[in-house]
Amino acid sequence: MTGRRGRRTATLAAVVTGAGLVLAACGGSADTSDDSSTLTWYINPDAGGADPNGGGQAQLARECSEASGGAYEIRVELLPNSATDQRQQLLRRLAANDKGVDLMSMDPVFVAEFAEAGFLDEVPSELTEEFTADAVSAAVESAGWKGQLYASPLWANTQLLWYRKSVAQEAGLDMSRPVTWDQLIDAAAKVDTDIGVQASLYEGYTVWINAMIEGAGGQIVQNPGADAADLTFGLESPEGKEAAAVIESFVDQNVGGPALGSTDETTTLDGFRLETSSFMVNWIYVYSSLKDADPAVFDDLGWARYPRTVEGEESKPPLGGIEMGVNQASENKDASWEAVQCLTSQESQKAYMLGSGNPAARKAVYDDPEVREQFPMADLIRESLDAGAPRPLTQYYGDVSSGIQREYSPPGSVDPDTTPQRTTRLLQDVLNGDALL
Amino acid sequence: MSDRAKAEQRLGWKLAMPAFIVMVAVTGYPILQAIWNSFFSYRLTDPDNREFTGLSNYIVSLTDPVFWTSMKMTVLVTVFTVAVELVFGFIIALVMHRIVIPRRTLRTLVLIPYSIITVVSAFTWFFAFSVDTGFVNRWLEWLPFIEQDYNWFGGFWSSFFVISLSEIWKTTPFMSLLLLAGLAQVDGSMEEAAKVDGASWWQVLVKVILPNMKAAVMVALLFRTLDAFRIFDNIFIMTGGANDTTSLSVLIYRQTIDRTEIGLGSALSVILFLCVLGIAALFVKGFKVDLAQGRN
Repeated sequence: MTGRRGRRTATLAAVVTGAGLVLAACGGSADTSDDSSTLTWYINPDAGGADPNGGGQAQLARECSEASGGAYEIRVELLPNSATDQRQQLLRRLAANDKGVDLMSMDPVFVAEFAEAGFLDEVPSELTEEFTADAVSAAVESAGWKGQLYASPLWANTQLLWYRKSVAQEAGLDMSRPVTWDQLIDAAAKVDTDIGVQASLYEGYTVWINAMIEGAGGQIVQNPGADAADLTFGLESPEGKEAAAVIESFVDQNVGGPALGSTDETTTLDGFRLETSSFMVNWIYVYSSLKDADPAVFDDLGWARYPRTVEGEESKPPLGGIEMGVNQASENKDASWEAVQCLTSQESQKAYMLGSGNPAARKAVYDDPEVREQFPMADLIRESLDAGAPRPLTQYYGDVSSGIQREYSPPGSVDPDTTPQRTTRLLQDVLNGDALL
Repeated sequence: MSDRAKAEQRLGWKLAMPAFIVMVAVTGYPILQAIWNSFFSYRLTDPDNREFTGLSNYIVSLTDPVFWTSMKMTVLVTVFTVAVELVFGFIIALVMHRIVIPRRTLRTLVLIPYSIITVVSAFTWFFAFSVDTGFVNRWLEWLPFIEQDYNWFGGFWSSFFVISLSEIWKTTPFMSLLLLAGLAQVDGSMEEAAKVDGASWWQVLVKVILPNMKAAVMVALLFRTLDAFRIFDNIFIMTGGANDTTSLSVLIYRQTIDRTEIGLGSALSVILFLCVLGIAALFVKGFKVDLAQGRN
């Protein structure tokens, strides 16, 4: 008898264990609050982090929650640091219809992919005007997909050319006039200093390549919105070759530093701070970090418009920033859009620019005296944002970007005659499902 | 078979059944799902264009040079690290086996690297060898080819070296522990008999100790080979797969998680799964050890 009872106990234990496993697996997103007025906002890390008084997105969340008079309460969740990791986390949650995401901060290049997959709620028509009227055009362009608006620009970023005034003078560069990459490379080689760029195998490298191709008058993707099989690329064009030639001369003249193939925004800034480089292209945030860190470097700091790819052709500075979207699966869409209205208002964008150092997407903010005082280059930022070109608008942006990074890495292997051609072939194969990436 | 034996067999099946069902649910189901998915062209962000494509994903994978580059890297890392670990692990095991006084302390100390999470140790090694945060260049400056700003992660062989080093550092303790268990099984009287017969230290090692711990050596090699073949963390942290250092696992991650190409990623996962099965079969056959019996 005891044997049978023992067997029964064993069976019971197994069933309980099994059931527990199944239940545990189902309980993934059970932490969504019962309180329907709580909105969860996935934010990218900024200077304020998750601190509700840090001057970043978390502070905007607190202020808008208070201003709503109890209509909604915004809770923030931090996304990972790199844009690629942010995309991955959002993508996983959105694809799984995670109701625990209401609002999200997205890099502009994700909007097309998310919208195409049906993950984003369309901006209600009555809000379209308010979200786009005063925003810089490239940020608006990135917020839409196939004629429909899916997001509201929260802030817009652009790169400037930062330089050491004394070194530029020594090299005989007239920085009051637009400079080309070639002039910059020659000058740096002449005074034996480096130029900080982003050329590691990551998203920042695509940003650089895209800005140079656009600056020469070309485009990486020539028919945005097309299906995978029909997408055509402009890498092999004369403009694409110009861009590749710049990378080639970076290597030939050895002005990219010893580790050109592993440079990102942070190492670029460090090199500038440590005086190994005297020129760098980088986002606006470096201004506040240099100000806080090093008075000696800061006093000698100059800024100018992004370098031209070819003489006589206006440069097209890279664009970044954050777009705010609402999850299709959210159960609080109305409250979410109401919150977005508050979070991306002119006051919020001004507060955010002053608090985090990230430039506003609304142009009017740049006329504000407080902003002008804190950012002496406010006019240049606005001009740069307006002149900038977004990265390729395509739902396959991730693949396009990774393919370019792969073929253009390491920078020493770039040859204007073969690299663009190889990259085009790879991108076509990858998008047709005939190659791995 | 007697009635009693049959009843025992039936009881055995009944006792094992719950565990078997749970195992099938948590291991078998995902494997079958992956095999099923691998026959489709299926992108998570493009669910409408899901399409049955038969073996096309396998053909694409097996004919792509990227696959073979990553296979080469995977095999290279596996062979190199496991070989070095076997030698070092054995030496450490011998020391631990002989030393009597701080035996427990020593065994605990040796295990410390293994207790560190792979991602954490990968970061540690990455920071140590980085140009900006690293101190290794400063230490090795006296070597002719090392300069302050030598970029370890700028080329294949230097990246491979650091990746392997971190892998070896982390898992040699595991190897040595398994080998220590094998050493403990060797009958001491056989060693003594060999010594009485005039065998040298080397002869005792090769003719008596090693043959008697064949099963332990095989288990250690098998576990480590399977583990090393799935290497992911160190590469992901240190190079992200740059300079041809992409391993099979990193390649799968890139197709499945990054590109959300579920079909292609599943096909690669199935290929990796088959490789692992093949390695296990080779080891068991090659060493002629019956694992079910636990003896050789």
